[in-house]
Amino acid sequence: MKLNKKVLALLVLGGLSVSGNSMAGTPSALDLANTCAGCHGVDGSSNGPAIPSIAGVSPDYFKDAMMDYKDADGRYSTIMARIAKGYTEEEIGLMAGYFSKQKMVPADQKFDATQAKAGAKLHKKYCEKCHEDGGKSAEDDAGVLAGQWTAYLHYTMDDFTNGRRDMPKKMKKKVQKLQKKDAKGMEKLLNYYGSQK
Amino acid sequence: MSGISRRNFIQITGGAAAVSTLGVSNILLAGKSAGHVVIVGGGIGGATAARYIKRADPAVQVTIVEPNKDYYTCFMSNEVLSGHRTLDSIKFGYKNLESMGVKIVQDYASNIDAGKKHVVTKKSGNIAYDRCIVSPGVDFKWEMIEGLDAKVAAEKIPHAWKAGPQTALMRKQLEAMKDGGTVIIAPPPNPFRCPPGPYERACQVADYLKNHKPKSKVLILDAKDKFSKQGLFMQGWKKHYGYGTDNSLIEWVKGAEGGIIEGVDAKTNTVTGSVDEYKGDVVNIIPAQKAGKIAFTAGLVNDKGWCPVNQQTFESTKHKDVYVIGDSSVASPLPKSGYSANSEAKVCAAAVVASLQGKDPAIPTLVNTCYSVLAPGDGISVAMVYNFDGKKIQKVKGSGGLTPMDSSPAMRAREEQYAHSWFRNITADVFGG
Repeated sequence: MKLNKKVLALLVLGGLSVSGNSMAGTPSALDLANTCAGCHGVDGSSNGPAIPSIAGVSPDYFKDAMMDYKDADGRYSTIMARIAKGYTEEEIGLMAGYFSKQKMVPADQKFDATQAKAGAKLHKKYCEKCHEDGGKSAEDDAGVLAGQWTAYLHYTMDDFTNGRRDMPKKMKKKVQKLQKKDAKGMEKLLNYYGSQK
Repeated sequence: MSGISRRNFIQITGGAAAVSTLGVSNILLAGKSAGHVVIVGGGIGGATAARYIKRADPAVQVTIVEPNKDYYTCFMSNEVLSGHRTLDSIKFGYKNLESMGVKIVQDYASNIDAGKKHVVTKKSGNIAYDRCIVSPGVDFKWEMIEGLDAKVAAEKIPHAWKAGPQTALMRKQLEAMKDGGTVIIAPPPNPFRCPPGPYERACQVADYLKNHKPKSKVLILDAKDKFSKQGLFMQGWKKHYGYGTDNSLIEWVKGAEGGIIEGVDAKTNTVTGSVDEYKGDVVNIIPAQKAGKIAFTAGLVNDKGWCPVNQQTFESTKHKDVYVIGDSSVASPLPKSGYSANSEAKVCAAAVVASLQGKDPAIPTLVNTCYSVLAPGDGISVAMVYNFDGKKIQKVKGSGGLTPMDSSPAMRAREEQYAHSWFRNITADVFGG
């Protein structure tokens, strides 16, 4: 990422604009965020199980995710890489500010209560240290897990565990430990997050 | 949730402001306080504009003039044809908009008097406006195909390009068709609503045939030589429907090879092409398109039959204080899609509110995202981000594009799931709920 910034800076010095075409100015945070609603729901709370809610995320998480999607070798996705490339770092910062201030409406979804109970215990043991407050916390670079759509979290964990997306070192260690101890542990965790309202 | 949410609070205070204004004077209400916006057409563009004006300034009065009680989304209507979803699942009413304070006038807007600043309706008289937003969708150039008109389409040769009764008619015809029959789909020339739509339709109909009438086929008689997402569609046709083999469920005839059709005999279901005649058991002709009728009566169109607008605000270049959004407007490089209409409506709503408040319009930002479902568990997409160069809307270089041709089956399955989640989110964004 750092290297990319250097390259971009050189391009700017060389007289080329970052986005490749000239803009009349920067749109407002609200207007930028409103363009996301068609897919991610009104004010970032999604109604569709495959698409994550982005309301209430930490600004750092939002910026990291979008900058990573923008990167040619960045975060794995179907469509988000194509969309993230349409925004400048400044615009991404504005959107991050907007969505971090929205209240996430927890997903209205089914879950298995027994599994969720077991998942709560696993969460404390393996995840709580970074995903604080039962996965509700939106601090630093941690994504909000509580109340997130289970279908989306399945995709995410599938990408993490199959090497399509890099896990932070700490997370990788914990996930591997969990998988070794309890083959159905991930399922229990996702039921726990899905159960939170 | 306890107490009053931020948005409710604004709505309540906004409502109170309107009530107190009413108490003071009628002139204030009609005049300079917050203003009255009349929206012609309650489709994707119109309903979105209404919601986003209310979100931006609840004190602005908003009225939608729409002849139909409910709206059926065109997007996902192809899944009604295949039987994968019900017609009810694409039906949306205006209750949520009404609860936001939007007034719905169920009537037909027959004209706009831009001088006197009122919308002329069939039954409800003239409705005065401070700003008018026109979102009438498309109308058809029936005259391009001999033997076809609105009546023939309503009874026998559906276009099914405005969802609802037309979708139901085509579904009924597909169900009644014998195994071994031919379904003709005739896509229109450019430009038209939903460029990938006819080819997704071919997939959805072929999926129905594959499962229920496997000796039948879809024959696409195309006015064009190439089409949206063509590589991905053809790849999907090969994978799911045997395209290119003797037993293919889909055959495509391009314009240059006789695909252009000139007439139809509704009695015999015979289509006259520029080279051959074709007989179908179900004939679906999607006629060439132009802006909705009111755009013509109100003098909002250019010589090509579409409405030129200022691309920063979507205000018509023909009439002051009248704005045109959605399929009827010249919003190029945005395609004529549902997501485009939704995105344009938000830009327009912000511009209208700014104008009523005496402020300069904002810098617009727009997105288009469009999914097509090729078969159960197989979806593709196209996306683009747009910005504003000071004069016009432009694609942001390096952004957007298609699902890659080598995307794995697992990712294509995700895209199908995203398509359905997208549907739930965009309809909530447009109609509330």
